[in-house]
Amino acid sequence: MKKFLKYIPIAALSLVACEPEFDNAVEDGFYSSGEANFSNYVSIGNSLTAGFADSALYITGQENSYPNIMAQQFELVGGGEFTQPLMNDNLGGLLLGGTQITQNRFVLAVGADGNPSPSVLSGTPTTEVTATLSGPFNNIGVPGAKSYHLVAPGYGNAAGVATGQANPYYARFASSADATVIGEAVTQDPSFFSLWIGNNDILGYATSGGSGVDQTGNFDPSTYGSSDITDPNVFASVYSQMVDLMVGTGADGVLVNLPDVTSVPFFTTVPTQSIPLDADTAAALNANFAAYNTQVLGGLLQAGVITQEEFAARQINFTEGVNFPIMVDDDLTNIAAIISGPPFNLPAPTAGLLAQLRQVNSTDLMTLTSSSVLGTPVAGVPNAVNGVSFPLADQFVLTVTEQARVSAAQASYNATIQALAQANGLAFVDARAALQAVAAGGVAFDGGVLSSTFATGGAFSLDGVHPTPRGYAFTANAIIDAINEQYGATVPKVNIGNYATITASND
Amino acid sequence: MIMKKVMSLLVVMLVTAVTYAGGYRVSLQGQRSLAMGHSGVAVVHNAESAFFNPAGLVHLENKLNIAVGGFGVFSDVLYQNSETGARAQTNSPTGTPVYLYASYGISEKLAVGLAVYTPYGSTVEYPTDWAGSHLVNNIELSAIYIQPMVSYAINEKLSVGGGPILAIGSVNFNRNLSRTATDLEGNRSNVTIDASGVTAFGYSLAAMYKANEKWSFGVNYRAKIDIEAEEGDATFANVANTPLAPVQNGTVKFDAAIPLPAELTIGTSYQMNEKWLFAFDYVWAGWDAYENLNVDFAPESYPDSVNPRNYKNASSYRFGAQYTANEKFTLRAGYYFDESPVQDGFFAPETPRNDSNGFTGGITFNVSDKLSIDASFLYLKFKEIDASYDDYQENGQNVPFEGTYKSSAFAPGIGLSYKL
Repeated sequence: MKKFLKYIPIAALSLVACEPEFDNAVEDGFYSSGEANFSNYVSIGNSLTAGFADSALYITGQENSYPNIMAQQFELVGGGEFTQPLMNDNLGGLLLGGTQITQNRFVLAVGADGNPSPSVLSGTPTTEVTATLSGPFNNIGVPGAKSYHLVAPGYGNAAGVATGQANPYYARFASSADATVIGEAVTQDPSFFSLWIGNNDILGYATSGGSGVDQTGNFDPSTYGSSDITDPNVFASVYSQMVDLMVGTGADGVLVNLPDVTSVPFFTTVPTQSIPLDADTAAALNANFAAYNTQVLGGLLQAGVITQEEFAARQINFTEGVNFPIMVDDDLTNIAAIISGPPFNLPAPTAGLLAQLRQVNSTDLMTLTSSSVLGTPVAGVPNAVNGVSFPLADQFVLTVTEQARVSAAQASYNATIQALAQANGLAFVDARAALQAVAAGGVAFDGGVLSSTFATGGAFSLDGVHPTPRGYAFTANAIIDAINEQYGATVPKVNIGNYATITASND
Repeated sequence: MIMKKVMSLLVVMLVTAVTYAGGYRVSLQGQRSLAMGHSGVAVVHNAESAFFNPAGLVHLENKLNIAVGGFGVFSDVLYQNSETGARAQTNSPTGTPVYLYASYGISEKLAVGLAVYTPYGSTVEYPTDWAGSHLVNNIELSAIYIQPMVSYAINEKLSVGGGPILAIGSVNFNRNLSRTATDLEGNRSNVTIDASGVTAFGYSLAAMYKANEKWSFGVNYRAKIDIEAEEGDATFANVANTPLAPVQNGTVKFDAAIPLPAELTIGTSYQMNEKWLFAFDYVWAGWDAYENLNVDFAPESYPDSVNPRNYKNASSYRFGAQYTANEKFTLRAGYYFDESPVQDGFFAPETPRNDSNGFTGGITFNVSDKLSIDASFLYLKFKEIDASYDDYQENGQNVPFEGTYKSSAFAPGIGLSYKL
């Protein structure tokens, strides 16, 4: 006993080193990478991959990009460092040769009337496009990129930015003037990759209210405009080319399909019925359009210029209550020339107004940008009110015809993506289904429900198209699910409640 | 209408409960008693009795007795959540509880004493912005007790003692305002609460009964003291510049109260022979006084914060042995089991305290007849525990903070005993 007690001080010293340890520490083989290897993860894509939000790319958005969120989880299963071409500030605007070429981020500001609304954050941005970063970077997400841009040499040539031949975001970190985005990924010899591309191949058309061209049938993307729909065969060709290149490096990976445009608040926030009228005003408006409804349209129907269907679709009718606005639909027959001549002999301004006029109906989608135009006075036209006595421009409405073009291309792209995932044994993420769930009632999490409702739903940033950090975290979880399933891995998902939503600021 | 919803969302987003100190009892009030499992209500070692049982002071043989010492507390808390992979380890600064006890025998029947000690305190520092940063980033809570006392022998067997306590409390606590609120640069919005020099009064009463040469019994009761901070400073930082935020950057005043619970100890000691002494204490702590932590910020527009703690009363069981090896050396060892006052669903990371086992040991070296050097250590081991704090709220609904915790503390100490 005596001897035992003498050892007490020695025992005490040995306990100093006795730090607590978990029986099963999460850092120590708790999770499995399955058959995948996350040591060198490279993400390829567009603005969504870059972490773009609130109409801008800025540091905190990039830190919450879905690839960066995933990379932090990959650290638990052998993932390595994940680098991103970070912007220079949290304002988000880009400078080209010192001149600002993209706007700063949106924040939620409270106006003089006490109402909060999205407003561009003030301040002079400091991210200069020509101040090239030295890579390589694991996150190769290029805001604005369409599928075919990723294989186009020169897309990162700073000299081409001013003329629109190159992308300013890619120019910041392109390894050379004639490099390709996909090449940046291949040369890093990744062990794992994610590819989410194609959104802009339809989204540019959709957000412009279908003012671009559906290029289906045109196989030459060099002739496309920024608001056009990419031909599905062009998409399939460049997409499979990219998958072949990536799989050729020996990397495992994950492909992500394209969500519906109707999943984003940009198209679901502004209601189709938005014009409140009293009985007298409605009657007065109807009197104004009576000649158009009966004589003009009736005459054209009789003459066989328009169908019975178009005749019905073009009828203008206001009632007491909240009304559909009037609009220009470029898929209608342009009757301007006909009605300027006999027997109508309408003056040119009136003929122009009626050229492709109809009233919005419940199948149309109003763009978020229409909210700042609807019911406002028309510049340069006395007493004219947008949507009431003066038609909304085509760019503010995605008509059902235009929606069908978007859906057709999207369905084809998605079929390509899924088939290539299957053919190459890659993980496949049905982002379309995931975002449908968010849009339809929302997805519950520990602090509430994540939904697509503009500003308050938590999933989408103030541009109405790009996710919030919480929306990106939700996306990261969906991708992790698909990876775990395909590769037998157990990468843990994040708690989306820990990720922020929109930012309020009066700066 | 949309924007009204936005406003209410943001307000809710930013209005979250302010939490700070859980009462944290630090049982390190004397080298000799700690070495014996922090028992000693029925033992008379030296001036340490001023804390463990004031009634014992009158039994000290010398006229003047002084004990002074301190400890270094090295504590670690590990946190992880196996669902998300979130993990954290505290990097707490070394705590340094100290004590000073003195007694003076006026007659064989009467002694007076003075005790200065730090029975409550907590120093926990998590990595800033860790997964539970909406509950706590770091906390430093301490209370100093200053207590004059008398010790009176009613007869040869029975003595009583006690005296008033002046408690001086201070707290510094930082946490993030919510799980997500930041400024435009992504810096997390947070609040620091700071109050010091908060005073309050209490008392302790004790009795000791020496049944015979071998058996002694003791009882000691230390009353609850409520530390009520008034006009403390609450500093908000990294709050976005928006009227939608319910608080603004800058410092405002706050009021808050925290109880330092009552403690009742009963125990016995057995002097087996000249060499061996054994002690057992049972300690009851009235933690149910800690129901809520309410922080009232001075500006009317700032949301006050109500944080349920719902502690329950808790017991600990303390065992110690002492072996007097020779004139120069005395060796001690002990063990205690400490029941946690924290109930299921109320495990807040600022007080990551579940049931624990304490292992203690120590030695006294008599330098001379007057002066001794006392050294001791405590190794406090907590079981790994899956726990949650359920009463943090967002959007009016509880958002539990869950995970697995494992903690330990090591506290070596050194002190001097002087008698004249």
